[in-house]
Amino acid sequence: MAVVDEFLLEAEEPRFSEDQRAELWLGALVCGVVVSLLAMFVFIVAQGWPSFAHNGLAWFASGGKVDDQLTRIANSGSGAHAIYTFRAWPLIWSTFLTTVGAVVISFIASLFVAIFMVEFAPAPVQRVLEPVIRLLASVPSVIYGLLGVLVVVPFIFHHLISNQMEQSVTPVIALSGESLLAAVLILTFMISPIMISIFAEGLRAVPRGWLEGSIALGVNRWRSFWNIAVLTARPALISGTVLATARALGEAVMLSMVAGTTGFAPNPADGLLFFVEPTRGLSATILQYTDDFGSAPMKHTLFAIAAVLLFSSLTLSLSGRAAKQPLRRYFNVGGAAA
Amino acid sequence: MSATSAPAPTAADAAAWRLRDRLGLAFAWLMGLLFCVVCAAIVIFLVVQGVRFLKPDMLWTNPKVGFNQSTTGGFLAEIVGTVTVTAIALVIAVPVGVGVAVWLTEYGRPTGLARVVESTVEMFAGAPSIVLALFGVILFQAPFLAFLSATTQGHAYGKSFFAAGTILSLLALPIIVANVREGLRAIPDHVREASYALGKTKITTIRRVLLPSARPSVITGTMVGAGHVIGDTAIIIFLLGGTYTLQAVGHVPLLSTLRGTDSTLTSFIYANAPTGELNQPQKAYAAAVVLLAMVFLINVVVDISGRKARELKWT
Repeated sequence: MAVVDEFLLEAEEPRFSEDQRAELWLGALVCGVVVSLLAMFVFIVAQGWPSFAHNGLAWFASGGKVDDQLTRIANSGSGAHAIYTFRAWPLIWSTFLTTVGAVVISFIASLFVAIFMVEFAPAPVQRVLEPVIRLLASVPSVIYGLLGVLVVVPFIFHHLISNQMEQSVTPVIALSGESLLAAVLILTFMISPIMISIFAEGLRAVPRGWLEGSIALGVNRWRSFWNIAVLTARPALISGTVLATARALGEAVMLSMVAGTTGFAPNPADGLLFFVEPTRGLSATILQYTDDFGSAPMKHTLFAIAAVLLFSSLTLSLSGRAAKQPLRRYFNVGGAAA
Repeated sequence: MSATSAPAPTAADAAAWRLRDRLGLAFAWLMGLLFCVVCAAIVIFLVVQGVRFLKPDMLWTNPKVGFNQSTTGGFLAEIVGTVTVTAIALVIAVPVGVGVAVWLTEYGRPTGLARVVESTVEMFAGAPSIVLALFGVILFQAPFLAFLSATTQGHAYGKSFFAAGTILSLLALPIIVANVREGLRAIPDHVREASYALGKTKITTIRRVLLPSARPSVITGTMVGAGHVIGDTAIIIFLLGGTYTLQAVGHVPLLSTLRGTDSTLTSFIYANAPTGELNQPQKAYAAAVVLLAMVFLINVVVDISGRKARELKWT
């Protein structure tokens, strides 16, 4: 192609300028897009900077009740009266728990469902399952949230929380069914269709001959598929996981519906209580305090939270990209992001 | 592809396998069947609840104040809002996305810039929508963008169809770029060379040969992007103003609507869930089923255009 380009450039003098104009316009467009995206990132970090600057590394630490701190920040004036003291650990811990919990469960489940769908399911099941998964992958998160708050949350409240459990924590927190368990459960349902569709695409792209070679050597169907197809499709496994993790990390609306509105860090030492304790992650916090946006310290604090979220999702995409590169030795499976 | 493969192993085949392999196969079946059951449960539950509570007149009445759920009207304004906001987002995202994809596949010089563009766009594919929404709140309150929304005493309100649509286009952009790139890359070089050999310039080749051939991928990208835009809630809550009917700003016919505020189906569902401010679960179910129907239609279009893209074989 390059050879043809140069030939054209030399031979057709008058058309050269039209072509070059087109390239310049497109180049300018692309530069504009990239510059505005990067400017957005810089702007968000800059807006959040006062909050980081006042708290230092303690921003990420624990200490005090996070909701009280946020109320104090929102009610403080600007200028010399501004209060910035903020310890985000309960929110970070909550985001970490819900994201990691849901991603680990749905990774294992999705991998096996994808294997089942691509290799072992009877043809009619396969034909039905595939469009259903694609539909579920594009169901808006707020619908999952609605299902959660109308079905799962009442179930947890009526069946999993006993009066005794409720009374034991009454001074600290109210158990309403909006809980870590509901959050992880609904989040799992939300992200596994995304994972399954990308995993299945990768598994299906593995050349049939490789599997047939292994089966011809007498290796059984399961082991052939597990050792050859799953290993070959690793780039697809990574991109599916990264995409699903990013969705889980940034989910605000659905989590604010099913996980509760108290900034509380569930404690694993509480035993079974741990699962039914309410919690609120970083992104749901932004959603909850939007009305206090008029106060300058609050604005900076919310932008600091947004900066942490954006930074983690960008790091996630970058590390996913880096992890995929060495795996692409043989061929490219699961290239485009959904 | 699967036509050439052997039939799935039966239980009798598997009986001779090692325990680990048998367990793996059994777990795959278990997970697969469990997933089928859960899928069926979710879809059937939503459709049943939706059909129970969805009255046809909800589709052409606006929400209004009432004593109980049978007198509070429907959600016409929300359907209009969803369609409008998606249209604005796509009008921005499709040309830009196609432009970026064309530049990346057909030009891509200097290489360093191309690599930066590629990774930036890919990175922002996973950016949380709530962060974009927060950014939009500040951006559209800026004085030089005040003309896009209502202003009170010189301060921009910063919430309007324009604001929401612009930020939502950022959600669709990476998806469109990825799909169009894939479509363009699938076209072999000899097609381009044939066009050059006929004396066509590069840009003419792109416009007349490459983009028409890649049309199924453009449609797929657009539709998948539209699905994400329709399903987003955080940006709508932050940037569309949260009024439950269309509130126009100004007097110019179309422009006043687009500068005005509204809700979409997603934010309507959010407000009507027990955690929201309206709390009318029946309305929420009805709106959810309408939204689901929209998503389903989009999926059908994606399926058809995907099949077309696969039919297009270059030799």
